[in-house]
Amino acid sequence: MSDGLRPSITRALRDPPALASCNLRQWEALVLEARRTNLLSRLAHEMAERGLLDRVPPAPRAHLVAAQTLAQGQADAMRREVTYIRKALARIGIDIVLLKGAAYLMAGLPAARGRLFTDVDILVPFERLPEVEAALMLHGWFATHHSAYDQRYYREWMHELPPLRHAVRTTVIDVHHAILPRTARLKPASAKLLAASRPIPGEDRLRVLSPADLVLHSATHLFLNEELSQGLRDLADLDSLLRHFGDDPGFWNELPQRAVELDLARPLHYGVRHAARLFGTPVPGAARSNIECLAPPPWLDGIMGALYERALQPVAPGEPGPLTPLARQALFMRAHWLRMPPMLLMRHLVSKILRVDHDRDHSRASPDI
Amino acid sequence: MILADLSRSELERRLAGPGLRLRAGPVVTQIQSPLGAVADGVALHYAAHPIEGSDGFADFFVRVDRPRNLRRWLHPQAVFYIDGEAPFTPLPLDQAFPLLEWGLNWCISAHCHQYLIFHAAVVERSGRALILPAPPGSGKSTLCAGLIHRGWRLLSDELALIDPATSHVIPLARPVSLKNRSIDVIRAFAPAAVLSRPVHDTTKGTVAHMQATPDSVRRAAEFARPAWIVMPRYEAGATAALTTLPKARAFMEMVNGGFNYSVHGRKGFEALARVIDLCACHTFVYGDLEEAAKLFDALATKS
Repeated sequence: MSDGLRPSITRALRDPPALASCNLRQWEALVLEARRTNLLSRLAHEMAERGLLDRVPPAPRAHLVAAQTLAQGQADAMRREVTYIRKALARIGIDIVLLKGAAYLMAGLPAARGRLFTDVDILVPFERLPEVEAALMLHGWFATHHSAYDQRYYREWMHELPPLRHAVRTTVIDVHHAILPRTARLKPASAKLLAASRPIPGEDRLRVLSPADLVLHSATHLFLNEELSQGLRDLADLDSLLRHFGDDPGFWNELPQRAVELDLARPLHYGVRHAARLFGTPVPGAARSNIECLAPPPWLDGIMGALYERALQPVAPGEPGPLTPLARQALFMRAHWLRMPPMLLMRHLVSKILRVDHDRDHSRASPDI
Repeated sequence: MILADLSRSELERRLAGPGLRLRAGPVVTQIQSPLGAVADGVALHYAAHPIEGSDGFADFFVRVDRPRNLRRWLHPQAVFYIDGEAPFTPLPLDQAFPLLEWGLNWCISAHCHQYLIFHAAVVERSGRALILPAPPGSGKSTLCAGLIHRGWRLLSDELALIDPATSHVIPLARPVSLKNRSIDVIRAFAPAAVLSRPVHDTTKGTVAHMQATPDSVRRAAEFARPAWIVMPRYEAGATAALTTLPKARAFMEMVNGGFNYSVHGRKGFEALARVIDLCACHTFVYGDLEEAAKLFDALATKS
């Protein structure tokens, strides 16, 4: 790699053959950064596609092989899980719109290759939520967030049911009725998303969002989510979707229009800008200027650009520069700000602070093995 | 270069500063910790292990440290960090070395999917591996600790790493974790065994670690071929006895103790089936360690 001891995962993903000149020390830094950004399996996939894995020295290669195995295992598990969900919902006769990872995988999109999967996300019409929840519970899923506050938080304010966990498989499903909280400032209409969704060929009752909507949802997820530590992985998804659908010339015309139609103009602007900056996503000139028109006023655009640039950098252990956590904090606050009106936000934050110890005890595992 | 070649002050300097790069079997871990209990544990248990310079490749970056909060003055605690993140709840400071050991187990079981990983002890004789899968409290670690003081080589006490392509068991040669009464049992059974100071009131009760035998550490690059799967169970007063375990049941017992069996999918099934085919499978009950060791001695020499 060109600049001494700092190879970066984004550069590695853009140009895997250049890794041939890496020494062990550079591989060490790269594997660590890739692991921390959840992009190790993506890198392994890109290397394997090009037949480059065998040329990697044995120690880093072991990590790439391990990550590839994990991603394959998770993809298999995701396919099985989607089958179970489809069976559970068969009797209520509903079309299931898969979101995010599950959608990329079942629709056979390149964004699924070498990707890690966790929960299944689905989108259904708001008025059918009770039926869907009941059908899932009948088939072994149960609610995870039991406190009255959490139930209210999800059911009144959020865009999804409290996550449901399967009693035997311990897998989690998030049932969405919208892609942003009900309290959010931006209001993408779920009816429009559902109407434009498409069946997955050969998969009865399974659908995915239209190409433009898949991209817009990915951008929204990245830029309105509080968790920016996974930001690079989300941006890698966005890059892959844009490259895949970008071959169709009509796509780039439709995308900015659709963003305006769905009230998602700014997430698209930020998403495309940072994907192009970090992953070199090709964007045709005309589309680039159309999307530039969606930008906020220059002073705000400058601040936001700088914040994201910083927050999307992975933090290396041992050198936690103060700026990256600060930028993430600022964007965390902003994401909350965009998700809820001020008074509601205040209530939510106070409630979270009062319960912080309680939450922490459940969020971390014991190392006991 | 092995760890014992470092002076105590150099060891402490590396642990508190740039990190100590320690090899255990195929895994190199960079360990950082300013805590005396960690330096003591590492010096005692990893004396014979190779250490590596900073020009090589470290698989994991771990740190055991006090948490940065006010509690440190009231109830001193230790936190395990991997790659800069703290995935576990902190433990009392006294448990810093066991925490490091458990954290290292976690690094391997959560990341090293190039192997099939099972919760089992493994010992070796004449290139043949004896795999001891069993739930906690069954007497697996006691039996493992006993056998390595009666002619068997330690491959691993907690994690059986199996290469799915070759079926080989890959040694780790890290310390054996002994719990509660088995600490005194091993002290009496093998006076030469080197044990760390017991740590009380952990989630597993009282815990002490036992040094891997020097021969096990020296030969950590020598793989072994699975030959027996034996599920041990300690029962006070029982006569040592092996009972044949049907292969299908042995298979399911291994699956139940698998850390990443499901990750490997069909290839994992096929690889485990090959391992089961290579092995004689038994359950084993014992009440006396000496008797148990004699029985395994006979098993190893007769077949």
